[in-house]
Amino acid sequence: MSTTTKEIQVGDIGARAATHSENERMALNVGPSHPTTHGVLRLMMELDGDLITKCDPVLGYLHRGDEKIAENMTYNQFVPYTDRLDYLAPLANNVAYALTVEKLAGVEVPPRCEAIRVLVCEMARISSHLLGMGVFGMDAGAWTPFMYTFTEREKLYTLFEELTGARFTTSYTRIGGVARDIPDGWLPRVEKFCDQLPKAIDEVEKLLTRNRIFLDRTEGIGAISKEQAIAYGITGPNLRASGVDLDLRKDKPYSGYDQYEFDVPIGTKGDCYDRYLVRIEEVRQSILIIKQVIANFPGGLWYAEDAKKIFAPPKEKIMTNMEELIQNFMIVTEGPQVPPGEVYFEAENPKGALGFYLVSRGGGVPYRLKIRAPSFCNLSILEELAPGHMLSDITVILGSLDFVMGECDR
Amino acid sequence: MIDDDFVRSLLNRFSFLALRHQTDCLTLACPADSVADFARYLRDEETFDLLVDLTAIDHGETADTRFSVVLHLYSLIHRAYLRVHVDCPDNDAPEVPSLSSIFPAANWHERETYDMFGIQFSGHPDLRRILMWDEYPYFPLRKEFPLAGIDVPLPAADVAEVTGADVDPAPMMGGPFVSPGSGRMSESEPRAKDESWTEETIKQS
Repeated sequence: MSTTTKEIQVGDIGARAATHSENERMALNVGPSHPTTHGVLRLMMELDGDLITKCDPVLGYLHRGDEKIAENMTYNQFVPYTDRLDYLAPLANNVAYALTVEKLAGVEVPPRCEAIRVLVCEMARISSHLLGMGVFGMDAGAWTPFMYTFTEREKLYTLFEELTGARFTTSYTRIGGVARDIPDGWLPRVEKFCDQLPKAIDEVEKLLTRNRIFLDRTEGIGAISKEQAIAYGITGPNLRASGVDLDLRKDKPYSGYDQYEFDVPIGTKGDCYDRYLVRIEEVRQSILIIKQVIANFPGGLWYAEDAKKIFAPPKEKIMTNMEELIQNFMIVTEGPQVPPGEVYFEAENPKGALGFYLVSRGGGVPYRLKIRAPSFCNLSILEELAPGHMLSDITVILGSLDFVMGECDR
Repeated sequence: MIDDDFVRSLLNRFSFLALRHQTDCLTLACPADSVADFARYLRDEETFDLLVDLTAIDHGETADTRFSVVLHLYSLIHRAYLRVHVDCPDNDAPEVPSLSSIFPAANWHERETYDMFGIQFSGHPDLRRILMWDEYPYFPLRKEFPLAGIDVPLPAADVAEVTGADVDPAPMMGGPFVSPGSGRMSESEPRAKDESWTEETIKQS
């Protein structure tokens, strides 16, 4: 009896196993267009199996040269560009920018203007954190919370539209004031929104905070120590989750934040779960601030009337008074007149400390405007943070850092 | 506390420091070769451990000192900012020591400053462009660089070969509209920076 032999075809996997050496690494490119990266972040990673051994973030896919553009236009013309920095909280950017220029120009706005600004900043914070929590849940595999948070954001957008005329790109502030006063009956509607929001937050918390899968995916993942967070210049909720008590609303109060009582939530471990908890609590604190603002809403003017060379008066005055007409013409053509000097101002934005470094040589156009974007600084830790984690953790880490590429790339 | 005593003790301790005109926070000028020591001292002894910002200013092509690197430090204890100006000694090849070994946060800020101004940071571990692509030949935030941009080849060579596309300057006819702010009224009307060309008429260069 003769025996026959048969060649066995070894498949791909077998072939690779046969040639696999211990130190073989795989290069993996995530992004720039990938749902995990919340925009156009690109990560060039080196993997050992499922383990990340190296992570090199590549930025600049959304670079528009905002700082160059700022040097070529008047102060008020740049307000719409600030909308497009952190486009999840445009109102907070508007306010931070206006406060910077006012600080250099030495303009003080009346209490009503300050109250409006605090109000819109906190609404922007709620809007940004709602999105942050929603997509964070989605990154960890939970779709439903996103629906709850987006329903609430939609209500906020309706309120923004009533106030500013735009849902998304608000361009609400002017140097020395805001574009227009609040509309009639708007404050009660904001209050009504705040009354029903805690219930929605509770729903999200029921879905996520004690969810076993969510806990397994976020607890102990992406932990940033206190020292690391400070060394890398991380700010905002990400810094506070690591246990550093830095909130510029408390430490360097601006726009009358010192009149309001609120707590600053601090994390202990600095992992992804802590960052989520800090954001949830910040939303609740923002609701408290909004209620205090509305309860003591000041009357009076909503712009700095004395700043004749800074703020263009309201339309009805321009149409009837010669002096106001000239004032308006000068500010529109030559820009708000800001004295020479330099100033650095940071505001506590939802993503972290948004800073503007402004150098003026007088006149209506900045000589140099540097935008210190919190997302840019918060992302710089990725190179150190990502290695040692599994590939599946990268979605959760990115989600918990809550960055926006519009601001990161400028 | 950031008061006069603090400033005086700093100036006594470091003879190379100079006080600059300040509008909002303490502003010091530090020579480029001493900045690393000074920054380390501020971090370790004076609790300025948060480097919030690092950037540069281009004072213009005709200025005696063309480039200054500007640091902003924040102290969690004092709750105060401190600004340090570092004038770059050489206008043609500006270079300052890197602070990335003292503040890891400086790593990306320095890459960005190099990318935008062409300032070299000696001792930086990985000084690549960060916002523009690696082959980009210009430094866009220098004052002589035009707002519209300059023609450069498309970074993707394979795409450029097939399509013949390159990176064009942006048309400036749509604005931004800026008033020169001086001269006769008819000349100080707000206008676009470069009106010499549009989508229809080719740029004369």
